[in-house]
Amino acid sequence: MDQYISAPLLKKDIENLHCGDYVYITGTIYTARDAAHKRMYEALMSGESLPLDMKNNIIYYMGPSPAREGKPIGSAGPTTSSRMDKYAPSLLDLGLAGMIGKGKRSEEVKAAVMRNGAVYFAAVGGAGALLSKAITASEVIAYDDLGTEAIRKLEVKNFPVIVVMDKDGNNLYETAVREYCEEK
Amino acid sequence: MRVIHVSELTENIKEMCIEANHYLTPDMESALKCACEREKSPLGKQVLSSLQDNLKIAGEDMIPICQDTGMAVIFLEIGQEVHFEGGLLEDAVNEGVRKGYVEGFLRKSVVKDPLLRENTKDNTPAIIHYEMTSGEKVKITVAPKGFGSENMSRVFMLKPADGADGVKNAILTAVKDAGPNACPPMVVGVGIGGTFEKCALMAKKALTRPIDRRSDIPYVAEMEEELLDRINKSGIGPGGLGGTNTALAVNINTYPTHIAGLPVAVNICCHVNRHCVREI
Repeated sequence: MDQYISAPLLKKDIENLHCGDYVYITGTIYTARDAAHKRMYEALMSGESLPLDMKNNIIYYMGPSPAREGKPIGSAGPTTSSRMDKYAPSLLDLGLAGMIGKGKRSEEVKAAVMRNGAVYFAAVGGAGALLSKAITASEVIAYDDLGTEAIRKLEVKNFPVIVVMDKDGNNLYETAVREYCEEK
Repeated sequence: MRVIHVSELTENIKEMCIEANHYLTPDMESALKCACEREKSPLGKQVLSSLQDNLKIAGEDMIPICQDTGMAVIFLEIGQEVHFEGGLLEDAVNEGVRKGYVEGFLRKSVVKDPLLRENTKDNTPAIIHYEMTSGEKVKITVAPKGFGSENMSRVFMLKPADGADGVKNAILTAVKDAGPNACPPMVVGVGIGGTFEKCALMAKKALTRPIDRRSDIPYVAEMEEELLDRINKSGIGPGGLGGTNTALAVNINTYPTHIAGLPVAVNICCHVNRHCVREI
């Protein structure tokens, strides 16, 4: 079913999200991909603070192409989430409530999603031009030197995603593929 | 002999990097449209329909089709009657990539060292493959390659006894392992034969073949069709969210190999299978 929710996420919204739901997010989300995750992880390991509070927030695994004049952002589709699997459980344990990316996650991430009552969304990979239309503002808030991999604060309006792993650990990639598999 | 100033390559490659990242070739566009029409999963259909909208916006508003505007893979087929002047060919190609990615608002996704990982900030260097041909023309193919699908590519050094079934299983294994990570519906480039590096290069080149053209070798064309059918029965579907369109084509290239070997490379490309071809 279609759902409209706000970001940062509310616990009651997460409870109503189920695998396969088409969800439109409005509010504030943050980007981080490989290099930013590595840096945040190293900061945590050495007891330093993170550049953003994880609590109830959504991280979008995305590194945009440069914005043309007058546009908030360039092409802005999801990158493959599994590269963040090493780092995601620590962030989930700090209160990170949602992740947007594409592709499979590890058992460790699944366990952390269930332990913390979080959610994993997929955005349509390779639809960066379309997805950029749902982003109304973008601002680099940390790690500017990382270029496209810097942490950005995004304002989004009806940003379209699909729930692929809900708080109970149900996984759409597994269930949906079984449904359409025609192999003996 | 024909003399070509290398700046001509630079200008063409600059334009081609920008063109490839904003427009798919007509065969790719029509393959995606057909997939959308025949998809059985409602969610899969919605994903494919989003991809149609995405292509339209990319072309009209000049926003790259995908934010991963790739590492620039460039094939140069150079007629042996051609003489280049005005500098090093490699420098001219990289200058074209630099200009295309900087002036074209494309993402800079290349790091200088695989372990130290400092961004080069202009997407150079390109990956350049040279091939000598007859005549006095230069055929340039610019194929920006995203790494979501590149990361899911594989090389299998099979034994001759594994035969055609072993090859098919290797290809199906690579595709199934890739699943949602490679942004299906994908294009599957395959190289069979040659050596370790030759089969990988053949697989990459196979991705640039028009999607509706089958191999000239009858048994290979048959294998391409059989594999496409089997891949589309895997259930992976558009975006890996379940459905009947997992791949748009399987393109296989072959080459003679050693009596002891059967190398197979599978280079997977997402639905944004970009390539731009010009002959100068």
